[in-house]
Amino acid sequence: MAEWWTSYGWPTTLIVAHSLAVIVVLLVFIAFVLLADRKIWAAVQMRRGPNVVGPFGLWQSFADLLKFVFKEFIIPASANKGLFLLAPIVTAGLAISAWAVVPVAEGWAVADINVGILYIFAISSLEVYGVIMAGWASNSKYAFLAALRSAAQMVSYEVSIGFVIITVLLCAGTLNLTEIVQAQDRGLGLFGWYWLPLFPMFVIFFVSLLAETNRPPFDLLEAESELVAGYMVEYSSTPYMIFMLGEYVAIILLCSLGTVLFLGGWLSPIPFAPFTWIPGVLWFVAKVCFLFFMVSMVKAFVPRYRYDQLMRLGWKVFLPISLAAVVIVAVVLRLWQHGV
Amino acid sequence: MLPALFFYLFAFVLIASAVMVVAAKNPVHAVLFLILAFFNAAGLFVLLGAEFLAMILVVVYVGAVMVLFLFVVMMLDVNFAELRAGVLKILPIGLLVGLILLFELVFVVGAWVTAPNLVSDAPAPPQTEVSNTKALGQLLYTDYVYLFEAAGLILLVAMIGAIVLTLHHRRDVRRQSIPDQVARTPETSIEVVQVESGRGLK
Repeated sequence: MAEWWTSYGWPTTLIVAHSLAVIVVLLVFIAFVLLADRKIWAAVQMRRGPNVVGPFGLWQSFADLLKFVFKEFIIPASANKGLFLLAPIVTAGLAISAWAVVPVAEGWAVADINVGILYIFAISSLEVYGVIMAGWASNSKYAFLAALRSAAQMVSYEVSIGFVIITVLLCAGTLNLTEIVQAQDRGLGLFGWYWLPLFPMFVIFFVSLLAETNRPPFDLLEAESELVAGYMVEYSSTPYMIFMLGEYVAIILLCSLGTVLFLGGWLSPIPFAPFTWIPGVLWFVAKVCFLFFMVSMVKAFVPRYRYDQLMRLGWKVFLPISLAAVVIVAVVLRLWQHGV
Repeated sequence: MLPALFFYLFAFVLIASAVMVVAAKNPVHAVLFLILAFFNAAGLFVLLGAEFLAMILVVVYVGAVMVLFLFVVMMLDVNFAELRAGVLKILPIGLLVGLILLFELVFVVGAWVTAPNLVSDAPAPPQTEVSNTKALGQLLYTDYVYLFEAAGLILLVAMIGAIVLTLHHRRDVRRQSIPDQVARTPETSIEVVQVESGRGLK
């Protein structure tokens, strides 16, 4: 029994505890990120944003949570009930499960697996199912058309994200997220990270991040002002909230992926004493917040793309550029013998 | 013990969902069960230590191929009851295919049991030295790079063929040319005219 405990019981308990800790911290973080999003948006438009619940409206997200939970949820009469309820769970569950491999500080990943980046890529390629299932199960033509539209959008931008990731992998020579961050620790601080040599890729990654998570200006998925919230049109109360939650978890996930790939993860931007004493997790959170701030600003001041322009940007601009970048980066690395 | 537990979990869900693919009344449900089956197969790959194959299975099959499947099945108005009515006609063929597959599997496993050195002699990279991602990369991009590129070229030709077959370039529609729009300046698009009072422009 004692042997069983040390070899199976304790590690399992540890993993479960670790996962729970990540989920709880993540969800609390999301609550404030949601508020920050609304506050930034409001500030750009010279409004105040949510400011009633708690000091500076800090508890707004929690009030919203209570509001959503206590509303009646309506399932359309001819909807496919099982899938209708499964869709938001799939969306949120997948978004959260991808966090298992994100190294928020040195050795702080729940699972430090060899193919970490592929795992994240695989999980985020599954997120399209939540959208398709919701659109189809609602049995509404608006939701269905929106689901088709957004599935095509998400699949398109995955391609360019994939190529951008490959350029980083070529430089780092590993698929392990921890090792990718360590490869950026070149004693140059801020200037040793991959955002500088791969700057065009960083830009493409950022724009694809917006499209992949359906953020404005690519929010043709929801477009609440003209397309009545797309595939979520039939959703209300808790299932709707779970969709929103999954969406924000995915945004923060891609922001942290950007941090790991381009902004040196938990590394300090200034590579000497007083700054390297600050725990890595704080740097990580600061970088994620910075990326999210940019995502949020884009929402505030870029008008929405038209659907054909969105497709053109993905297939005719980003795909050739990122494909060429893979070849160029590979050639440069080969000539300099910096690679593996 | 723990790996065995997970093996039975994945294997059970895999087989159950494979059965549901055939048995599901709704074609969309069938496709979703197929996705679940693929996902569990990926889980089995992870248990085998082939994590790269597992992830590629999820990215390629679940993330891309099945999305297209789902698209097609959702858009087509398949009358499943009608399809079911014809099941007796197809049943013998299905049984035949199943039987052949079963025999082949028996032969494969039989060879494994009766002549184990046949299988163990096959070259396999030692697991401890390199991760399997690296081993696969070495094999594909270094040892067999020409064959790999030939395969890539064949796929490219197939892709171009599909595009050529389906592409109609319509000339009678107005198109947006983004380079032209970006290249527009006030000089090329605005003309300042002095209008004489009471006359207007002609």
